[in-house]
Amino acid sequence: MSHADSAAAKPAILNEVQPAELPRATLVEHGRSFSWITDKICGIIEGKTPGWWWVCFVLACFVATWTVAGIVYLVATGVGVWGHANPVNWAWDIVNFVFWIGIGHAGTLISAILCLLRQKWRTSINRAAEAMTIFAVVCAGIFPVFHVGRVWFAWYLFPIPNSNYIWQNFRSPLEWDVFAVSTYGTVSVLFWYVGLIPDLAILRDRFYKAGNKFRSFLYGFFAMGWRGANRHWSNYEMAYLVLAGISTPLVLSVHTIVSFDFAVSLLPGWHTTIFPPYFVAGAIFSGFGMVMTLMLPLRSIFKLEDLITQYHIDCMCKITLATGTIVGYAYGMEFFIAWYGSNPYEGFAFINRAFGHYAWAYWIMISCNVITPQFFWFKKIRDNTWFVWVLSIFVNVGMWFERFVIIVTSLARDFLPSSWGYYSPSIVEIFTFFGTFGVFSVLFLLFIRFLPIMPMAEIKSVTPQGDPHAGHGDH
Amino acid sequence: MAAPSHGVIATFDTASDIYHAAQKVRDAGFKFWDCITPCPVHGLDGAMGVKRSKVPRFSLIGGLIGFTTGMSMIFFTGAVDYKLIVGGKPLFSPMFAFPVSYELTILFTAFATIGGMFLLNGLPMHYHPVLKTDHIHRGLDDKFLIVIEARDPKFDLAATKALLESAGGKDIAEVEA
Repeated sequence: MSHADSAAAKPAILNEVQPAELPRATLVEHGRSFSWITDKICGIIEGKTPGWWWVCFVLACFVATWTVAGIVYLVATGVGVWGHANPVNWAWDIVNFVFWIGIGHAGTLISAILCLLRQKWRTSINRAAEAMTIFAVVCAGIFPVFHVGRVWFAWYLFPIPNSNYIWQNFRSPLEWDVFAVSTYGTVSVLFWYVGLIPDLAILRDRFYKAGNKFRSFLYGFFAMGWRGANRHWSNYEMAYLVLAGISTPLVLSVHTIVSFDFAVSLLPGWHTTIFPPYFVAGAIFSGFGMVMTLMLPLRSIFKLEDLITQYHIDCMCKITLATGTIVGYAYGMEFFIAWYGSNPYEGFAFINRAFGHYAWAYWIMISCNVITPQFFWFKKIRDNTWFVWVLSIFVNVGMWFERFVIIVTSLARDFLPSSWGYYSPSIVEIFTFFGTFGVFSVLFLLFIRFLPIMPMAEIKSVTPQGDPHAGHGDH
Repeated sequence: MAAPSHGVIATFDTASDIYHAAQKVRDAGFKFWDCITPCPVHGLDGAMGVKRSKVPRFSLIGGLIGFTTGMSMIFFTGAVDYKLIVGGKPLFSPMFAFPVSYELTILFTAFATIGGMFLLNGLPMHYHPVLKTDHIHRGLDDKFLIVIEARDPKFDLAATKALLESAGGKDIAEVEA
């Protein structure tokens, strides 16, 4: 049948019906103008430092000193002050490293993958999420650097000729990790900085007008003389797109390589092909948990409900639900393969995880990571900000326990019962880890005080008045 | 025409206004001119006649250099400079060298992309005449500006002002060099 025939054979009604476009949620509510957006976001920086900020800052500094004290004590004494020893030679240090790196992934996901997928709702949350990424990578870096023992030799990880004249072993996933994480940290900073440039230019001009020469100079220095010219925007947008394009495989590769640290070993419970996708899904899951933990209070403190709308929260909840369900599927699949693969050691590792000495950690992990996200199926729950916030904290807790379960249970009970043991952390380890939350908070508080927490230019471009064709249909 | 003038600046209220004004300036045959907008305006490149950005060329070169650097570094360290057999495996194989080369590809691409963007944009340039105008404050906030530079061969102060006015421009002023 020819094309013309098929068109004629169609019921006439199909030629007449013009389906309505799917309604798109507005990304900036109440029809806020450009200058409202500028004033709102710049106002956070220009206004007086709020009292709560000082309270949080002092508290965060105090908590951060725990990490500093823990590290000073460790360097002065030796890695023995951490609780890991045979057979659990990797413990909280790597747990915390993978945990923090995972947290970072949502930031890059929001800025890169959602940019490529043209998900415009990312604009209000990407700046803070990217900041979160950078600060999380800073916290993550502390652990592998200090667990090497003699930290002053940490530069041996980089391919710089050392006194022994032996080069690094590039067959080792731990060496791949060095490159992956340092590339990730660097590219995240570059991506974040490029996004900041147009907003720094606005702050430069506003402080100049307000007569604050010093701050105008500082913001102006980093704004690099940005003047919003369209020829600049054209190159800028292309550069941003390329950065998003390369950050997408980057974010996937970083956690894949982190999972290789485990997957290429022969240890039961680690030696599995599911690790790379499973780790990536878990990282995005935990990252979104952290994004919501941070963004929901910011939204209500700074009254940003018009910019971070209910729709944004809805989207974040749905991604958390999707990735959480993938993680839950991975747990099930690990068990299935352990049984189906008929490897007795593998089978034991998984039964031991669920019912052995660390069963408490396993079931915390299952309840937080598998059950918690399922609440997000319900619109009523997604609409309840408090409930979402509490659930997002459960996600963070659960994902920390996931790394703990994977790392510690496999090492504590491996092939030989004669080398079995039980690991518990030392007080130094505990303080060093909880201190990193202080380090993270200090950096994040400084960020919300001194830098625009939302990309103003990008938000403007997703408003109706930012579109030259709104209501015209000319192109 | 006053010698030290940089050009003429005009203000427009909406993205749609500047879009249509840009088409007019483009059709009038100007070369050295630009639109200043608080955010990237969709389709304005076409209206201005700006060609596709050349940034990806820098990215490609950066990526190729990054990948080559990774592969050759690992080949040099493992198979040339200090031959050390690990686990009976070959001294070099592109397989185990891939993850590091891959990361270096991304790292070098990122630097090349951003460097290329700054190079093509001529930034940093803190002393640009447009930054000295009062218009720029609104231009980064909520207004849309067109600047036509005096060095353009078609530039004629009165005619250019008239063109911008007919295109709907307001608050037309000269920019000091």
